[in-house]
Amino acid sequence: MSTSVAGVLAVALLVAALWVTYRPFGDHLYRVFTTERHLRVERAIYRLTGVNPDAGQRWGVYARSVLAFSLVSVLLLYLLQRIQGHLPLNLGFDAVGPALAWNTAVSFTTNTDWQAYSGEATMGHLVQMTGLAVQNFASAAVGIAVAVAVVRGFARRRSPVASGRPGRPGRPGGPGRPGGAEGQGAGSRDDLVGTGDEIGNFWVDLTRTVVRILLPVCVLAAIVLIAGGAIQNLHGNRVVSTLAGGHQAITGGPVASQEAIKDFGTNGGGFYNVNSAHPFENPTSWTNLVEIYLLLAIGFSLPRTFGRMVGDRRQGLAIVAVMAVLALGSFAVNAAFQTAHHGTVPVAVGAATEGTETRFGVPDSALFASGTTLTSTGSVNSFHDSYTSLGGATLLFNMMLGEVAPGGTGSGLYGMLVLAVVTVFVAGLMIGRTPEYLGKKIGSREIKFASLYFLTSPAIALLGTGIAMGLPGERAGMLNSGPHGLSEVLYAFTSAANNNGSAFAGITVNTTWYNTALGLAMLFGRLLPMLFVLGMAGSLARQHPVPVTAGTLPTHRPQFAGMLGAIAVIIVALTFFPALALGPLAEGIHR
Amino acid sequence: MFARLPGWVRQHLAALRILLVFTVVVGVAYPLAILAVAQLPGLNDRADGSFVTGADGRRVGSSLIGQSFTDDAGRPIARYFQSRPSAAGDGYDPTSTSASNLGPEDVVDAFDDPATQGTDESRQSLLTQVCARSQAVGTLDGVDGRRPYCTSSGVGAVLAVHHAGPGYDGRVTRVVSVNELCPARPFLATYAGVPVSCRSLTDDIAAGQRVLIRGDAPAHPAVPADAVTASASGLDPQISTAYADLQVNRVARARGLSADRVAALVRDHTTGRSLGILGEPVVNVLGLNRALDALTPARR
Repeated sequence: MSTSVAGVLAVALLVAALWVTYRPFGDHLYRVFTTERHLRVERAIYRLTGVNPDAGQRWGVYARSVLAFSLVSVLLLYLLQRIQGHLPLNLGFDAVGPALAWNTAVSFTTNTDWQAYSGEATMGHLVQMTGLAVQNFASAAVGIAVAVAVVRGFARRRSPVASGRPGRPGRPGGPGRPGGAEGQGAGSRDDLVGTGDEIGNFWVDLTRTVVRILLPVCVLAAIVLIAGGAIQNLHGNRVVSTLAGGHQAITGGPVASQEAIKDFGTNGGGFYNVNSAHPFENPTSWTNLVEIYLLLAIGFSLPRTFGRMVGDRRQGLAIVAVMAVLALGSFAVNAAFQTAHHGTVPVAVGAATEGTETRFGVPDSALFASGTTLTSTGSVNSFHDSYTSLGGATLLFNMMLGEVAPGGTGSGLYGMLVLAVVTVFVAGLMIGRTPEYLGKKIGSREIKFASLYFLTSPAIALLGTGIAMGLPGERAGMLNSGPHGLSEVLYAFTSAANNNGSAFAGITVNTTWYNTALGLAMLFGRLLPMLFVLGMAGSLARQHPVPVTAGTLPTHRPQFAGMLGAIAVIIVALTFFPALALGPLAEGIHR
Repeated sequence: MFARLPGWVRQHLAALRILLVFTVVVGVAYPLAILAVAQLPGLNDRADGSFVTGADGRRVGSSLIGQSFTDDAGRPIARYFQSRPSAAGDGYDPTSTSASNLGPEDVVDAFDDPATQGTDESRQSLLTQVCARSQAVGTLDGVDGRRPYCTSSGVGAVLAVHHAGPGYDGRVTRVVSVNELCPARPFLATYAGVPVSCRSLTDDIAAGQRVLIRGDAPAHPAVPADAVTASASGLDPQISTAYADLQVNRVARARGLSADRVAALVRDHTTGRSLGILGEPVVNVLGLNRALDALTPARR
């Protein structure tokens, strides 16, 4: 069988797996976020933490809870790294330096998992397990929680008698339901319940995501990965005498447990420097497909959850269709460039194999690379810096898209919903009607939030790149010169601002300047969009739904889906084209 | 118990407490539970690192982690199948995993400037690395090591062409072969009627137009792609079947075995695509070399 045929069949298998789990997994997520029952273990957690799980939060309280949790997370992770020298299982590694510890703390808290350090030479097992891996769970859960809160904003029927479309449930139950129990959990008293515009309870959403979604799947996935050869031990380096008479230090670590959540939570922070290219993280070509599936599973299933929560499954199908078309298109382009291996070194070699593993081959490496940049994962099984110029450009483009196809856990869905709001607004301008989405009017307040949302990460990425290129020391950090050097810097800031975490890894980023600047880019790139989208949800939650009329733009038909996809691509093209032209396009288009 | 505190303080305390609970549940209990499951027979060897032993029963490595099969001076040992080039430390160092991270248009070498003492500015471009490896493998295994854009001396065939006018316009005034430091004889005598000169450290090659010379190498070189490119991890335990086939004759000769015998061993250590469609067929180098050593033990 030829390499290309095998590559196409591998994609078909992946699509089939995602298709099969779309309904059951999406429905499971729906039940998790709408049921009013708490599991015993969850009740224990609420008791331990002093949270009233039956209290609803308005968007302000919800957002403040997200911020509080993020702040505490950054501080604790920073602290853990700084005292590493005194911790057990540190493998002899001393405290992580302040700039790097800050960068890493922000990176893992924001679901970015940008790594300015080399895992096997910096982090002991305890920091990996109780610091980095915990944030892998927590940051993924925060993303999902925010996405679900945003969906509740659309779904919320404020008046007791729902006057929405036929077939819609009056209102979704579950945490934060109007008229819920007294008290605000950890919230403040001025947001007391009963007004009907609550969008859930952050602590409940967070806990349920970890307990009912992430943990069970990760237990299963970790065992599957061990069966493939991923390691799970607490050993340090064990030195063997090689056949040729040399010595080799074989590394150890609790890798499989961390690998599972790294992919499933779209985190991407590898246990080792080379991430999912490392044979102990990703030992075979079938574990490779399992990992690609894991990093796409939540993102592609959440639209089903969304559809059910707003009471119209077709809305979810429309969203997932747009995601799938963008993802498949992007992968096809990337794989075509990688297989055609245009460019000087790839032609000299005869294939784009530099920076790829033999067991994966070029097409499956391209599949992983597309998956990791279309979501906010950023783990790699091959090195993007050595991709063909145009192949590398597609990966950059994926991140610039805002990671909405299907995007990070939760962040992909709320990113796509913001784009949907923009799309109905544009469509409304075209047909001269007040835009509405899912029965909610899109007024100036919503559009302001949506615009701020999608301006944030381009502003951070482009300003950051501009500043770095203006500073002589930072320019010198590029491994490659010319347009490829610009691509390295542009990729770094795009990756940070969109919380991806993958890299054109030639650039030297473990400097105080880059650690600080990229840390800020990740922090603002994560929290500002979250605040804007929660603000939009709060505003939507307050609205009475408008009845469907003959003039209502249907948002579940191919026409709308096509327009949504076009808006996503056009926004990216207009924002980033000049930067792309100076970097990868200048490098890749010649002769 | 914290009811009297202001709301924002209670919020941060709740955040801290829930984070600590998560730390215990998913940071300690979860990995340890997986560790416990990993002790089951069938899983424990893999979770430990898939170690393999030599003839004397001692561990010689992991079947998942590649090794260098070179002597102290870094020269390939003829009796062993060779692994891919590695960018992990000095080669196949698991404590320093890395890819090269060099881009597809990285074609100009940097040379050490003797004027700046104590620093070494030299760096081979990716193109020159590929050319040099191809030539070395070709010599070792007795095949044609030429590749497109490579000189016969095994460096990137790259010219800096200087023009009389701006914008690479006008008459060609001077041509420098940028990867051949003087006093080397350039791979090309003339370009556009102008003699090609070797590169001196004072040459401003950035001012010239970069021109790549394809040369007459076959489009499908005899030395396979994986033999001339560094892997992603630097620990790639496997090589392509093409690269293994290329090495069969040399290894058979060095060990006094028939080529058929060695080729059969290669087939034994070849893994096809998973499920028939995932990845590429590969040959595990350490496994193959262990089997060879068991057949014809090394004379130590």
